[in-house]
Amino acid sequence: MRILGVAVIVVVFLGSASFSQTIDAIDSPNDHGQSVHLSWQLPDTLSGVTGFILLRTTPARVHLDTVAAIPGHVREYVDSSEELVNGTAYIYELIANQDGGSAVIMMSSPVTPKGQWYHTGKTVILVFALVFSFLVLLMIQRARAGQELYVRPIGGIDAVDEAIGRATEMGRPILFVPGISEASEVATIAAFTILGRVAKRTAEYQTRLVVPNIYATVMIICQEVVKAAYMDAGRPDTYNENDVFYVTSEQFPFTAAVNGLMLRERPATNFYLGKFYAESLILAETGFQAGSMQIAGTDELTQIPFFVAACDYTLMGEELYAASAYLSKDPLQLGTLKAQDLAKVIIVIILLLGIILTSFGTDIVSRLLAINL
Amino acid sequence: MKFFTWLSTLDRRYIFLMMALAVIFPLLFPVKIPVRVTPESEKVYDMVDNLEPGDVLLIDMDYGPDTMAELEPMSYAIMRHAYQRGAKIVFVCLTPTGVTLVETEIRTIADEQGMVYGEDYAYLGYRPYPAAVILSMGQDVRQSFPIDYYGTPMDDLPMMRTVKNYRDFSFVISVSATSGIDYWIMYGKERYNFPLAIGVTAVMAADYYNYLNSGQIVGILGGLKGAAEYETLLGQGERAIIWMNIQSICHFLIVGFIIIGNIAYAVTSRGNRS
Amino acid sequence: MKKQLPVFLTFICAFILTVQYFVPHRTFEQIYEVSNIWLQIIGVFSIFLGIISLVSQHIMKIRRRNRQWQYSFITLGGLIIMVAAGLFPPLQERGAYEWLYDHVLNPISATMFSLLAFFIASAAFRAFRARSAIATILLLAAVFVMLGRVPLGDRLSHGFFPAVANWLLNVPNVAAKRAILIGVGLGEASMALRVMLGIERSYMAGD
Repeated sequence: MRILGVAVIVVVFLGSASFSQTIDAIDSPNDHGQSVHLSWQLPDTLSGVTGFILLRTTPARVHLDTVAAIPGHVREYVDSSEELVNGTAYIYELIANQDGGSAVIMMSSPVTPKGQWYHTGKTVILVFALVFSFLVLLMIQRARAGQELYVRPIGGIDAVDEAIGRATEMGRPILFVPGISEASEVATIAAFTILGRVAKRTAEYQTRLVVPNIYATVMIICQEVVKAAYMDAGRPDTYNENDVFYVTSEQFPFTAAVNGLMLRERPATNFYLGKFYAESLILAETGFQAGSMQIAGTDELTQIPFFVAACDYTLMGEELYAASAYLSKDPLQLGTLKAQDLAKVIIVIILLLGIILTSFGTDIVSRLLAINL
Repeated sequence: MKFFTWLSTLDRRYIFLMMALAVIFPLLFPVKIPVRVTPESEKVYDMVDNLEPGDVLLIDMDYGPDTMAELEPMSYAIMRHAYQRGAKIVFVCLTPTGVTLVETEIRTIADEQGMVYGEDYAYLGYRPYPAAVILSMGQDVRQSFPIDYYGTPMDDLPMMRTVKNYRDFSFVISVSATSGIDYWIMYGKERYNFPLAIGVTAVMAADYYNYLNSGQIVGILGGLKGAAEYETLLGQGERAIIWMNIQSICHFLIVGFIIIGNIAYAVTSRGNRS
Repeated sequence: MKKQLPVFLTFICAFILTVQYFVPHRTFEQIYEVSNIWLQIIGVFSIFLGIISLVSQHIMKIRRRNRQWQYSFITLGGLIIMVAAGLFPPLQERGAYEWLYDHVLNPISATMFSLLAFFIASAAFRAFRARSAIATILLLAAVFVMLGRVPLGDRLSHGFFPAVANWLLNVPNVAAKRAILIGVGLGEASMALRVMLGIERSYMAGD
């Protein structure tokens, strides 16, 4: 309050004074309109500044608010107070406290924080997204026109039929674990696609399919996927809702439950498709102990080596996402897959260009591709 | 030949037993082998060592009891080092499973070093959606944490009166076993440009060398080895160093299993072919 | 209509949230915040369905005397005890939920995690075979990193194993991880676009 009182008095007396130094106040770019960037320089004649008090007021000078106490060595500040109103003009005043206790004032011109309608720092992301979308639409168009699109064989996906056949011959169930992540994860969505294919086959062969889930939302989707697959196969009566169930939302309790299931039920085939973390090896080793054939697929880089070591087939990274296109052979989906390949070619070209230009001393590529979040 | 056939189909319980003995014996008869310090760990140490009295740093501790064995020693070492430099520490925990564990750890070291809550350290607790929390702390810590873990308003804590956002921290260290590290890099470091160091489990460490090489993070403490390196540099605490020696024996045992397994496989394959 | 409406809703929501990513204005920020809140609300309601599934499954196991049906009593008992500890005021005041979480669930989780040490040993013995050139390279890389990252390996090899391990981690590992990250990123973008445009409809049990 005392500081505020001093500030008011000083402002009243020096309200019409002109200042040799001013505060540079600009609306912070790429924000929602509640941020102002301030910077200032002290005159050479001024020394021994121990700190600053930053004040804020409107041109009408109705209120004078204390914004912050700033250390003496700092020369810039971002005011992002909740009190700032988008579209309202503000004036900032800076009181510099010196060793002797006297105060010097700097003022800013009126500045209006405004929310921007476009984040310029994300332009590179937008351009790439548009280019990628264009490539996707182009390849879809080509696929629709009948162009044959080659996709290399993916061992893990080719083995799905073999794995289901094995379970049918042995008369043992199939276990499908759709990862331990939410339905919003891309890997989980990819797992749903493969689950649909597997469920249709198990319905046709009348093999039991067991799907434990760590999230109730994933369970609901899995139930719908499996039910629809059984109906497509013409065997809605053999669908058992209790075989697609929720276990728990904790990682290791879920793992313990699935391990117990594997050791009791002795499934002939285990599918681990989706997002996995530290439990991946525990599941895979227990599955091996139960004598199951195992097909895994994850985009979690740290768990891929464990699955590669412990499972019969592993879908690594984007092979999991490609599975839906690969299994369905749908031209639209294959088109998006080819668009990915084209995008990779573009990235490689940009990388090579960047390497060459940087080697010759120019960083134009890095500057052009800079992103400011 | 029969021996190698038996070896290649060895009951895994014998393997488990040997592993258990490899862990128990060095625990009962500890050996301290010096730990060589890697550059990435030294950079983290140097960052903390350059703190001046009164500096404030933010430590994010995101782990639970499952990864505590790897990450607790490094958390302890960093806290001890920072307090001994005269720095103040603000703690957050962005994973719900570790909130009470982290609180216990913070208090253990604070009491050991004679620190006073609210003046030398503050624990803000947990809030959901790490990305949103990290973003909001760049504006004002109070947006996500209007009160601390114990329900005290921020401005009632003496050390928090001069702390508003990342500009008021010397740097940030995230000791984490979750993917929260990615959010710290994407939404914290890239947006607000503060120095960031990380401490992660050994399995995760390999993923973050990309960011180390590109300069997006200052240093990495990788697993128990990283913790042992930090203890070696600090010259205090030996838990990680002793546990690393247990890990040494276990690693050698696993390599032995690999060699024996391959010999048995080679001999039995040749036998089957002939 | 039954199939077209979800696809249309998916497209609208995805489009709005994509636009929101590029528009920092407060209006769109509020849209994002509201979407997150709705996501949490839907998630909370869905947990009831999960609990119903869990309870009905275990009651069925008990009724039918399926294999090891006795353990279903423990599962149901655990559920009831934790709910009671969290909701009953007398138990709440005594901190029963926190005590059970700290002294039962956490140690059990840590125990499960510690199984990894044993399983990695058995996986190494069983699966790390030099069946091909690539498998041999993988094997050698694993051995160098395992021995190079421990003090005993450093001491016995006079720094050779750590030098190789560090090179492996800083050069080929980083190169491979960057390549996989780019591929995964493009795959995610492609999948997201497929879901948005209605090409990928597996999540709504449609072809």
